[in-house]
Amino acid sequence: MQQTLTSPAANASPLKSVLQRFPFVPALIILIALVALNGFFQPRSLSFGSITGLFSTYLALMLLAVAQTYVVFSGDIDLSVGSIVSLVNVVIIVLMEKWGGGGLTVIAACLVGILTGLACGVANGIMIAGLRLQAIVATFATSIFFTGLALYVLPVAGTPAPEAYWMTYGGTYFGIPFVFYVVAAVAIVLGVLARMRLTTQMLAVGDDAMAAFQTGLPVTLIRIKGYVLCGLFSALAALCITGDTASGDPLVGGKMTLYSVAAVVLGGSALSGGAGTVTGSLIGALIIGLINSLVFFVGTPSEWQNLVQGLAILVALMAGILVSRGARA
Amino acid sequence: MSTETAVSVTAAPSKAIEFLKRPLVVALILIMALLALGEALSPGFASAEQILRLLVVASVMGIVAAGQNLVIIGGREGIDLSVGGIVSLAAILAGNVMNGADSGILPAILVAVSVGALFGLFNGLGITLLRIPPLVMTLGMLGVLQGLLVVIRNGIPSGRAAPALSQFVTQPFIFGLPGIIWLWIAIGLFMAFLLKRTVFGYRIYAIGSNEQAAFMAGVPVKTIRVGLFVLSGAFAALAGVCLLGYSGSSFSNVGEQYMLPSIIAVVLGGTPLAGGKGGYTGTMAGAVLLVILQSILTTVHIDESGRQMVFGATLLLLMLFYGRGRAMRG
Repeated sequence: MQQTLTSPAANASPLKSVLQRFPFVPALIILIALVALNGFFQPRSLSFGSITGLFSTYLALMLLAVAQTYVVFSGDIDLSVGSIVSLVNVVIIVLMEKWGGGGLTVIAACLVGILTGLACGVANGIMIAGLRLQAIVATFATSIFFTGLALYVLPVAGTPAPEAYWMTYGGTYFGIPFVFYVVAAVAIVLGVLARMRLTTQMLAVGDDAMAAFQTGLPVTLIRIKGYVLCGLFSALAALCITGDTASGDPLVGGKMTLYSVAAVVLGGSALSGGAGTVTGSLIGALIIGLINSLVFFVGTPSEWQNLVQGLAILVALMAGILVSRGARA
Repeated sequence: MSTETAVSVTAAPSKAIEFLKRPLVVALILIMALLALGEALSPGFASAEQILRLLVVASVMGIVAAGQNLVIIGGREGIDLSVGGIVSLAAILAGNVMNGADSGILPAILVAVSVGALFGLFNGLGITLLRIPPLVMTLGMLGVLQGLLVVIRNGIPSGRAAPALSQFVTQPFIFGLPGIIWLWIAIGLFMAFLLKRTVFGYRIYAIGSNEQAAFMAGVPVKTIRVGLFVLSGAFAALAGVCLLGYSGSSFSNVGEQYMLPSIIAVVLGGTPLAGGKGGYTGTMAGAVLLVILQSILTTVHIDESGRQMVFGATLLLLMLFYGRGRAMRG
């Protein structure tokens, strides 16, 4: 799944060329170390059940990190992803309740939810790529708007999801938990996307927008497509978080935005655009999840847990950036 | 004062139009319009005492935005997301040091501002020595600060503001204006002096517009950038102390509401996020504009949801006036 534009130089050291082709290798090493540490401090954390639990909790963050990656590819950023998650969450919850919560209505509600996410992505894309607003502040403004919409749809948290929904998400089919089917389906979609011309085009825009424009790429359209993909994956993240929490909450995604950015950086993608992998972001999201559980397993007093998590994430961010820059230099 | 935003790239079709396009002028016109709108919606909105109250709220935002502004002018994607955490931390620390006693105000300010500056120093060192992008460094630092807040809140009581501090922030001080407004004016003058009259100020613009060229010209790029983040931390901490005076006691995460709005105030004030341009006068107007907008929305009787939607949409609309990037042409 090579997604960097710069081809490895022929005379570079073998380590460097590996890092250039697979910029997520440092993240993978951190991930493996964290898995080992988790297993050391709490052997049961390596059991099948615990890993299933890890995925069903952090699948939403993984998908949100993927969403963020597609805008970061072209050098943009989206601080509204968390609010899109909240909006889609309340939209599907309210629709499922209105329509009775049967099997077909659940699917219909999910489709409306995905359309909502796409619409948010289109709106962001038009604002930032079309009207040329600055991505950080413009997506902050749209995040306020989306949060307002979510509060309009469902003013207070609490409406439960129908049983059919969360039972499916938490269920097991043919001996395999449902979340792993989702993981497999997402992996296939991401694999296809990685091989599409669009991915290369987004990276080209992120690497040098002017050069991309002068070679004839429709830069504005490509950036809009990045935001649309971002909206789509944010909506999918919302479907997962709804399966996990089984209720509607107009503020559920708020805290996830900054984590999604951190996951992208942890995964070795450059925030300046032009270099990065979706695989890395998935690993980055898992690193955040594993740091959280490790801090718990080593017996950190509860009031210190947030601080230790914050420090660990900061150190991981710094280490990841130093290594990946070493590879690109 | 308005000369600082006069850098314009357009071919000057007419002087009047160019004048009207200046961010500071746009912001001032919008402030007047919003005040008129507020007065129309609820009589008494634009009364003198109400405007004073708005200015007090705006000054806290403006003080946070002062540091943010410096970091943004300094360029290289300069941005400080940790200010929200520093505001909260400073409010808690100051509240505990003074603990309701006037004699504790000075030590409290010293402790809070030094701690704020210290976190700014960490940010600056990570950004310059390890060359971590500012967004990532300050985002990570925000996580650390939020964790630190949890530890501190569980360990010590939240602390109270000293009466003199509350008076300084909320009661008339000189010529009927509360002390905090005078403080803000003083900071405005300090910033104008710093940016326009000192070598340090010129160098901020220099590293913001072309770091490489500034380095070649012998500007100590790293030292200056570290200095910008230290100042940003110190300003955020000072704002935290003022916020403590405003609310009487510090409560959890009071500062978070300043993180992204402080950036918006800078942008609405005409300083582009790309750096190298802009000034603080516009940012002050931007802070007032933001606060008036929020205040109008709380005055009219609409739901929280409608309020947020209108606020978000208005921000987008305002950004369309200025802060747009240039179109690509071959």
